[in-house]
Amino acid sequence: MSVESQDLNLCANDNRGQLQLGAGSGLVGWDEVTQGTVLTSFEGDATGIANKKAEERLYSDFNSYTASVASWRVNKPVFNRDICIDCQNCWVWCPDSSILSRDKQMLGIDYDHCKGCEVCVEVCPTNPKSLLMFNEHADLDESLAAWPEKKKKAKKSEEA
Amino acid sequence: MAITSIKNLKEFSTNNDRFEGAHTLCPGCAHSMIVRELMNCTDDNLVISSNTGCLEVSTAVYPFTSWDTSWIHIGFENAATSVTAAQVMHKVRKKKGTLKDNDAPVKFVAFGGDGSTFDIGFQWLSGAMERGHDFTYICLDNENYANTGGQRSSATPVGAHTSTAQAGTHSYGKKQKKKDIVSIMAAHGSPYVAQLAPNKWKSMAKGFQKALEVEGPCFINTVSPCCTEWKFDPKDTINLTDLATDSLMFPIYEIIDSHELNILYRPKNIISVEEYMAAQGRYKHLFKPQYRHIIDEVQKDIDAKWDLLQRREEARL
Repeated sequence: MSVESQDLNLCANDNRGQLQLGAGSGLVGWDEVTQGTVLTSFEGDATGIANKKAEERLYSDFNSYTASVASWRVNKPVFNRDICIDCQNCWVWCPDSSILSRDKQMLGIDYDHCKGCEVCVEVCPTNPKSLLMFNEHADLDESLAAWPEKKKKAKKSEEA
Repeated sequence: MAITSIKNLKEFSTNNDRFEGAHTLCPGCAHSMIVRELMNCTDDNLVISSNTGCLEVSTAVYPFTSWDTSWIHIGFENAATSVTAAQVMHKVRKKKGTLKDNDAPVKFVAFGGDGSTFDIGFQWLSGAMERGHDFTYICLDNENYANTGGQRSSATPVGAHTSTAQAGTHSYGKKQKKKDIVSIMAAHGSPYVAQLAPNKWKSMAKGFQKALEVEGPCFINTVSPCCTEWKFDPKDTINLTDLATDSLMFPIYEIIDSHELNILYRPKNIISVEEYMAAQGRYKHLFKPQYRHIIDEVQKDIDAKWDLLQRREEARL
């Protein structure tokens, strides 16, 4: 454990996303922590972390990666692999590092960290969008079935 | 320096994020877009220091940290001071050979909000620039003290409603003009100063890489639309940044060695400031008949500034 000179009583945190921010997780309070306590981001050596993918890293319980903000969300973005062109617009503009991209491919959404801000939907360039907002409790298959059809471009004469 | 490829977004997306999710910034906040981009544009070790502000309080909520790098939080004033101290320490220990890995390249970056950059930390930033340390200071400019309830800062533009410069029957919001921080920093003799925006990700990543690479104190002002205090829908963060850069409220440009000015983005269709203001709740009152003249005044000011930038680019001064 990466905690030194401190008897922090950690709750079991094997299931990622179980620990809610500020939800009284069994830790001593911030005002009870003694001087010299170290809360590190990783277990053990963190050298070369820039070259490790998230799944290869040894996150400690103090890294916010192990926490979840899923409860912030009202609507969730749903990803439709069939329409996606892997432009990675959603990846570069996601404020919550929640777009899972590996080897230039968009794989899905990290629902533990997504706050449902809808930026990814806004920046999606496909027609119809390959990311759309659905109710938090919506079923994936039902959402995909309810996907809108491709919108035809308005003819110039109609525009005028 | 280990630069990561920014040739296109696909290449860029192979980077591994070192800024983790589940921080408590508002949904749709541009701060984290900018921070992620900075951390993704290099593989080097980073030592980052943050002034008090939204970014700092949201990324270090006890017991969590969202940073996968060394990160120092310090008071409202001294992100620049602390990161330059770390840089000097690194330099000395490298010389003595007492570092764990003596050859590993390390970059030093300070993040500050506009309150801590334009107002409270200005003297400290100026001092650090003058001492000429090798670091990069990035200002996340959301034009108010968003962390404490949206008070006015000297980055707030004319006519904006803030909690301490309120709009009403006798006032149209803030009356003073925004400080031109980029020119001030360029005047310090900094080798690289720029104003960048997250919607133009490539020019932003290029600017960050240049700032990290160049030896000496670099300053970057980035536009960070604040959905809470600018009062717009979180999903429109990037759309609003588009409006900001296309209306030239935030022209994107760089100044190299305090004289070589390059405009990095010229909007094809320049839109009016009115359109930019109409998209935000903080300018709502300007559309009442008694305050409409403010919009024209701001437009005139923006036009004059754009003209000046173009002239400076041509004259290289």
